[in-house]
Amino acid sequence: MTELMAWLIAAAQALLLALLAPVVMGVTKTVRARLEGRASGRVGQPWRDLRKLLRKPPTSPTDSGIFFTAAPPMLMATSLIVAATAPFITTVGVAGSADLIVVVGVLLLGTVALTLAGLDTGTAFGGMGSSREMTIAALVEPTLLLSVFALSARVGSTNLGAIVNAGNADPEAVFTPASLLAFAALAIATLAETARIPVDNPSTHLELTMVHEAMILEYSGRDLALIEWASAMRLTILLGLLANLFAPWGIATTISLAWVVAGAGFFIVKVLGLAAVLAAGEVFVAKLRLFRVPELLAGSFALALLAVLASYVLA
Amino acid sequence: MARVGLFGKILKTGRVAEPAVPADETVPKAAGLGGSVQVRHVDAGSCNGCEIEIGQAFSPVYDAERHGVRLVASPRHADVLTVTGPVTVNMAGPLRKTFDAMPEPRLVVAVGDCARNCGVFAGGHGVHGSVAEVVPVDVHIPGCPPEPAQIVATLRGLSGR
Amino acid sequence: MTDPTATALVTALVSAASGATAGLSLPASWRARVVGTLLFLSGVAGLLAGLAALSGHDWQTDLPDLLPLAGIKLAVDGLSGWFLLLIGAVTATVGVYTIGYAGRDGHGPGSRTAMFTLPLFTASMLLVPAAASVPTFLLCWELMAVTSLLLVMTEHRRHEQVRPASVWYAAMTQAGFVTVLIGLVWLASIAGLDFTAIRTTTPGVSPAVKGGVFLLCLFGFASKAGAVPLHPWLPRAHAEAPSHVSALMSAAMVKLGVYGLLRVGFDLLGGGTGWWWLTVAALGALSALYGIVQAVVATDLKRLLAFSTSENIGLVLLGVGFAGMFASSGQPAVAALALAAALLHTINHAGFKTLLFLGAGSVVNATGTRDLDQLGGLSKRMAATTALFAAGALAAAALPPGNGFVSEWLLLQSLLHPGGHTGTVLALGAPVAVAIIALTAGVGVATYVKAVGTGFLARPRSSAAAGAHESPLSMIAAMAMAALACAALAIVPALSVPAITQVAASLRLQAPPMGTNLVSLHLTGITATFWPLWLTVGLVVAVGALAVAGRTVGKARRRAIAWDCGDGPLTARMEYTATSYAEPLQRIFDDTLAPERDLDVTHEEESAYHIDAIRYRQRIPDRIENRLYRPLIVAIARLGEAARRLAPGVMHRYLAYMLTALIVVLVAGVIR
Repeated sequence: MTELMAWLIAAAQALLLALLAPVVMGVTKTVRARLEGRASGRVGQPWRDLRKLLRKPPTSPTDSGIFFTAAPPMLMATSLIVAATAPFITTVGVAGSADLIVVVGVLLLGTVALTLAGLDTGTAFGGMGSSREMTIAALVEPTLLLSVFALSARVGSTNLGAIVNAGNADPEAVFTPASLLAFAALAIATLAETARIPVDNPSTHLELTMVHEAMILEYSGRDLALIEWASAMRLTILLGLLANLFAPWGIATTISLAWVVAGAGFFIVKVLGLAAVLAAGEVFVAKLRLFRVPELLAGSFALALLAVLASYVLA
Repeated sequence: MARVGLFGKILKTGRVAEPAVPADETVPKAAGLGGSVQVRHVDAGSCNGCEIEIGQAFSPVYDAERHGVRLVASPRHADVLTVTGPVTVNMAGPLRKTFDAMPEPRLVVAVGDCARNCGVFAGGHGVHGSVAEVVPVDVHIPGCPPEPAQIVATLRGLSGR
Repeated sequence: MTDPTATALVTALVSAASGATAGLSLPASWRARVVGTLLFLSGVAGLLAGLAALSGHDWQTDLPDLLPLAGIKLAVDGLSGWFLLLIGAVTATVGVYTIGYAGRDGHGPGSRTAMFTLPLFTASMLLVPAAASVPTFLLCWELMAVTSLLLVMTEHRRHEQVRPASVWYAAMTQAGFVTVLIGLVWLASIAGLDFTAIRTTTPGVSPAVKGGVFLLCLFGFASKAGAVPLHPWLPRAHAEAPSHVSALMSAAMVKLGVYGLLRVGFDLLGGGTGWWWLTVAALGALSALYGIVQAVVATDLKRLLAFSTSENIGLVLLGVGFAGMFASSGQPAVAALALAAALLHTINHAGFKTLLFLGAGSVVNATGTRDLDQLGGLSKRMAATTALFAAGALAAAALPPGNGFVSEWLLLQSLLHPGGHTGTVLALGAPVAVAIIALTAGVGVATYVKAVGTGFLARPRSSAAAGAHESPLSMIAAMAMAALACAALAIVPALSVPAITQVAASLRLQAPPMGTNLVSLHLTGITATFWPLWLTVGLVVAVGALAVAGRTVGKARRRAIAWDCGDGPLTARMEYTATSYAEPLQRIFDDTLAPERDLDVTHEEESAYHIDAIRYRQRIPDRIENRLYRPLIVAIARLGEAARRLAPGVMHRYLAYMLTALIVVLVAGVIR
């Protein structure tokens, strides 16, 4: 019985993230608009955009093949799998069983699906976006895996459930230098992975400044809806991981309905809070030019390396 | 300490956006869009006067985004095509192709007097014809140039919010 | 009851011998088919021999009369079994591929020499892991080197680059052989010729001698494995050889360098001290980084794959190095884990590299070019090859659910294992190794996206690519076999755990702390589990469900030309090329790559202000080759020129040499 419950909770977790993702985008847009002095749209506006896009027909370029058509479902599938198996609401059962290295790999698989689609269009912009995206993804990997090292050195395992449980059991571990350095490194890596400022501007119209947007210029209708939705889910996933790896309080450690619902509530609050902080930060920073991004990523790598060394020396 | 300066400026400036412009009732609410309108703009040979007004319509003061209207980078992402200018000979083909590249349901909004009847450029040797001669037009916004409030009103009418 | 290992191995050798005879004697129209089939049989038999050895059927035999002075000694244990399995599987796949690839015209790969040498090459590769005495090992090693050299030279009439590539290969392989020869003979002079004799005697040998032998053998074996900085032969030979030979060399032969290292380092020399393995790990790290950085900027498809082999060998050597370091610092469990990761990676790499090289061969056959900047549009014209190549690229890029990811996960787990961080060297080395593996993996993903994206997708960039056609059935079947093997290794990797335990036992190491549950890869003692089967099923189900939902519920898909901003159709020239794809990474790694740029500006005759033509050329050389090898080659050439003065053609001088030599020998004989 508990096996079935575990699977149901994993499915519910994935559903929760899918429903929450457009709201997270809405919150970032609202917070940013208010800080810029504008009257923002509603927080639920991304939901309306998705609903409209899902009803429109998709278009494929005549020269493209299966890679173009398969990328949106692939991106969404990778996001759903990570959403179902990483500990966001609970650490018990399937929903908390993901290995951190596997999560990093699955997210990279989604990115690769989109980059191949960008090349499959045969346009110059698609190739350009694809090339830049792969450069940034290649340089983010060391930071991500070294942060994994820093987190797992504390706990002795790369299993996300184990790491979150250890953090829950020892609340003061959050405020150690190793932990804070790893948080900073992962935060910068999140910005790079989800195509936010200062690495990429998600709302630009100038193709020469695009990285993520350039690969999806050719998509329309429900393909575009799936991609936008999956990208929003990736942002939610990464913010959720940041929240739960470093501040896991409130996560359900037993499978009982009350705890799980409470865990979901805490999770929503944490993620929306982080999204608001992200949006506020974006107001103060401009996008970096492409060949400055490696310097930023090298800086985050240095932070991750310091986190690892600190975890040896101090912890 | 530019950051502190910027934060202080945000607090001091507060909200810049003016109260919402009422929707234009004569514009039919675009069926199937449900409050989400994505706009692709094409300059078919205009003097850029209308462009400046459209730019202002999306600026913090008029803020068309609060009604669910957004500018996008590719016609494949768009529902509404705004066209300005008398359609020149060189832009007739690209304008038609832009319209064809948009997935349905799609609408065309002709902004300004030049888009309606070529305005002061009617009969010029480089002018092909009005927008309606190239793509089917759904809404006209008159004016030379039309005010940002008019533009926002029309777009608000299309979105229904 | 005959020993299964013996039966299978003898069958494999006999098949290979008949293949060689067939290759020499049959007419051209039958040659490829018969030799390919016999090679397939030989490969399957080799695979079965390996499986038998891995399930505990060790075997040895002594044939003193076969070779004068030393005799032949063969012994198959767990470690040999692993490599027999690997080589047998690759041979079987390549055998099927050769049926279609070698054609029926008797030229190039289908010629008598090539078809005669190919089975001899695979047979010698099967004998190397089975050799149990120093002379046998050296003989089989040299046989393997000579036959592979002949095979590399197959197309020397068609392409002018084949000859310089063969010279590089010959020189470096012989240099490696000489160092292995010196090392093993030095060891044999102290401990005896037989491996069993050496094993019992080495505990008494001084550490300095052991270290010297290890370094000499490391030089030779690392060169064979293609580790940087001993790699310059690899991109040349693997690119210029016919593709089925490249597959054999890249997937099977370079692994024998790793085999040699494991056999000499762990088995014969008894494990050694930490600094040996630190050297190995450092070589591995250098190979991994340099290999992948050169691969990402390569526009020749086979050169890209060759440098990727260098990178993967680097990862294997990292695993082997860390296994040795863990073992010598008293952490046998973690050492076994690192060794397991390295071994799994050798077989995973064999699987996907075979698939990729065979795919490259199909592309070259169909289009006539290896240049990624000229390819493209093959997904419509060669659908099966594209799909299979993409599967291989997924595995090579170490992305889940591919098999490359599985061994990389295991390697990372062994480095992250809490038990392993004893001592400063390991505590500092493990995070550095993790960072290097991560960067290698990231750039590796970019490399394979480039290879698949620019080589196969969108529109063809040249008429050669536009005229491509699908390959014959045997070539596709061979690629499908390799893809199936990769899929099996990806979805049920835990099948290999009992075999790895057997290998560890034969090296006198502890069994790796891994569970044998089929659907998951589970490490005992710590919380680390990975479910590749569920991941694959989850991905397939999710993608399928979304695709079906889209088709049934949503509006129908439209086809339209790509959005070209309204002005004119997109030409093939407007697509991103492989060079432009790698350009950001090339700029970032500019200091390592140091591209050579030539700019030629031709002015018009009447005015120096008007330009007639601009010619720009960029080449990315192999920097290590330029810095390390060119001076060495120049020095050797100068030495040779100087030595020529010793032989001016004057008879008196030669007679004087002979007289001096005679006097020296007589004096030496009298003094002794």
